Amino acid sequence: MANIELRGVEKKFGDVFAVKPLDLTIKDGEFIVLLGPSGCGKTTTLRMISGLEAVTDGQILLDGRDVTWLHPSERDIAFVFQFFALYSHMSARDNIAFPLQAAGMARDEVKQRVGQVAALLRIEHILDRKPGALSGGDQQRVALARALVRRPAAFLMDEPLGALDAEFRETMRAEIKKLHLAQHATTVYVTHDQIEAMAMGDRIVIMSAAVVQQVGTPTEVYHNPANLFVARFIGSPGMNLVKAKVEAGGVRLPGGSLAPVSDRWRHALEGSGLKDGSVVLGFRPEAVQVRDGGALRAAVYADDLHGGYTMLHLELADGEIIHGRAARDALNALGSAVRFDLDPDMMRFFNPETEMAIPS
Amino acid sequence: MANAANAPRQKVVISTRVDKVSTGARLTSSFRATIAVIVALIMLIPVAWMAMTAFKTRPDAVAVPPKVFFEPSFEGFVSLLTSRRQLTNDEIAVYQQRTDLGWADQIALIRGQAITGPSAFPRQLLNSLIISGVSTVFSVGFGVLSAYAFSRFPVPGKDDLLFFILSQRMLPPVVVTIPIFLMYRQVGLHDTHIGMVLLYTAFNLSFSVWLLKGFIDEIPREYEEAAMVDGYTRLQAFRKIVLPQATTGIAATTVFSLIFSWNEYAFALMLTSDAARTAPPSIPLVLGTGGIEWAAIAAGSLAFLIPVVIITFLLRRHLLRGVTFGAIRKG
Ligand SMILES: Nc1ncnc2c1ncn2[C@@H]1O[C@H](COP(=O)(O)OP(=O)(O)O)[C@@H](O)[C@H]1O
Ligand SMILES: [Mg+2]
Repeated sequence: MANIELRGVEKKFGDVFAVKPLDLTIKDGEFIVLLGPSGCGKTTTLRMISGLEAVTDGQILLDGRDVTWLHPSERDIAFVFQFFALYSHMSARDNIAFPLQAAGMARDEVKQRVGQVAALLRIEHILDRKPGALSGGDQQRVALARALVRRPAAFLMDEPLGALDAEFRETMRAEIKKLHLAQHATTVYVTHDQIEAMAMGDRIVIMSAAVVQQVGTPTEVYHNPANLFVARFIGSPGMNLVKAKVEAGGVRLPGGSLAPVSDRWRHALEGSGLKDGSVVLGFRPEAVQVRDGGALRAAVYADDLHGGYTMLHLELADGEIIHGRAARDALNALGSAVRFDLDPDMMRFFNPETEMAIPS
Repeated sequence: MANAANAPRQKVVISTRVDKVSTGARLTSSFRATIAVIVALIMLIPVAWMAMTAFKTRPDAVAVPPKVFFEPSFEGFVSLLTSRRQLTNDEIAVYQQRTDLGWADQIALIRGQAITGPSAFPRQLLNSLIISGVSTVFSVGFGVLSAYAFSRFPVPGKDDLLFFILSQRMLPPVVVTIPIFLMYRQVGLHDTHIGMVLLYTAFNLSFSVWLLKGFIDEIPREYEEAAMVDGYTRLQAFRKIVLPQATTGIAATTVFSLIFSWNEYAFALMLTSDAARTAPPSIPLVLGTGGIEWAAIAAGSLAFLIPVVIITFLLRRHLLRGVTFGAIRKG
């Protein structure tokens, strides 16, 4: 097991950055998720850590050892590819044994290790089949077994569930998480699915357009997004973001209602140098408290029943739609006017020019 | 209506599931099979005719109308494989009394000839085997290495180089035989095995690089990358992963290269005379005294055909098997 340190690691293809200089320290045994939309540089980052892609600049350290220019085979890192990359001309057993044979391990020990890992993943019965004859889930398990069997210093996984059916993804997600807890191996896991990232990561690295937007625990990135991108990207739906003006008693929303803010926020907003008081107010749907006599007004645009709760789509005076959680049995006629308050602890503010969060 | 739900929504024309094929489609497929058999028969008639001629006597071979049923004879093979001398009438009488004659001598004697030794043909066949075998190994071997490089590495000027390589193939061999003949005489490669191997390798390489590059391009890079992170060097990954995955392409390229160098006529005619002479330019030259030895020519062609048939037969599984890339799914 090992920690991984990236120091100013960057990758350019021609003149275009695939990954802009990136600093990140991954602790021993940590499960890190790289999250971001397609094309933001997640795979490239992973490939640089593995050595499959040479860095344009920067340093990669594995347990303090500089591995920046080592061949992938010398790094003791396992890679689970997006499309599994199982060798179709070998049986599942030979696929799993393949990394051990590279190290010239004795036949008996190879057999024993393959047996162990096959038992762990419950794939003993398919070991003699060729990958082409396996279901997607079993191919995934064989690919995981091939990575696990070596007991490498770290695991890199590139959207390992992306090729699976939706129903199977949940099962495998739980299995991977369980394996991680059992092995406690340093893992870097790439996904574009924020639900997967929130469910699995000890910490999440959110990337967009080749740049790291925020590094934090799932709770941190959910409740304290560093900028508007993260606020929109995390959560389904994302954070409600409303243009507002800072005034004496609070912030004024479009349509004239005034949302009161705490003293702490008032100080922060005053000191943040906003241009003519324009600010973006952010709040999660669960911050919305619908009640008679609430300070804010909106019209019910739609409501979705989610079983456990109701998701209200509320239309503000300027036509902007926000989302709010309401009780399961709340009944609101479409088009009816409602009043609501915002939980003052759950309000966040962003500078509309820099798009960065305003620290409280 | 569980049945209707299971039935194919559209008529299935080609399917391996008999229960899902409509009667019409089944008729169509047996019709197709019939056509295929007929076409195959038509294509095989000349080959069969050649095989028959190889076992005919000289009068049978030129009989009009052609004989379909005849008494088989090894006359053609004897003429092909031996050099003979015409006997005078007196000698024939003496020979007919002798009891120490082998079966080949007896066949020759029917035509009033005595065998004086082996002909050049076995050696020419051997030359053909050596030259086409070695040049095929080289062109496929170098081809697979350069195809891999072109497929995987950012070779500077890649497209121009590939076009240049292909353009080697655009020149008809006849156009360059004279210049090559002159050059080869200068450097002492004329009528040598090395010279012919070099030439055929160069000629086949353009083709094999292109063909193999297509096959290697189809092998996902992730295969080798997976092997490299798993502790293998690039060369090991190439040997253990890329080569087995490229078997189909290698088999196809081998057969094509072999057939080209095995059948090549123009270069062989100009650039070899004796030591390195291959079979193709010699077969039509098996002329007897007083007439074309059709049986011998047919016997030579038959002997010439067999190695290619054997190789193709051995590799047929790889040639026919579709390229199956098991577990990589492209997103
Ligand atoms: N080999 C390459 N050559 C040129 N551009 C590349 C190459 N690999 C990736 N890129 C570019 O780098 C960017 C990041 O790609 P990638 O890391 O695959 O994104 P992600 O995995 O987040 O979807 C993309 O714009 C992609 O087009
Ligand atoms: Mg990717």
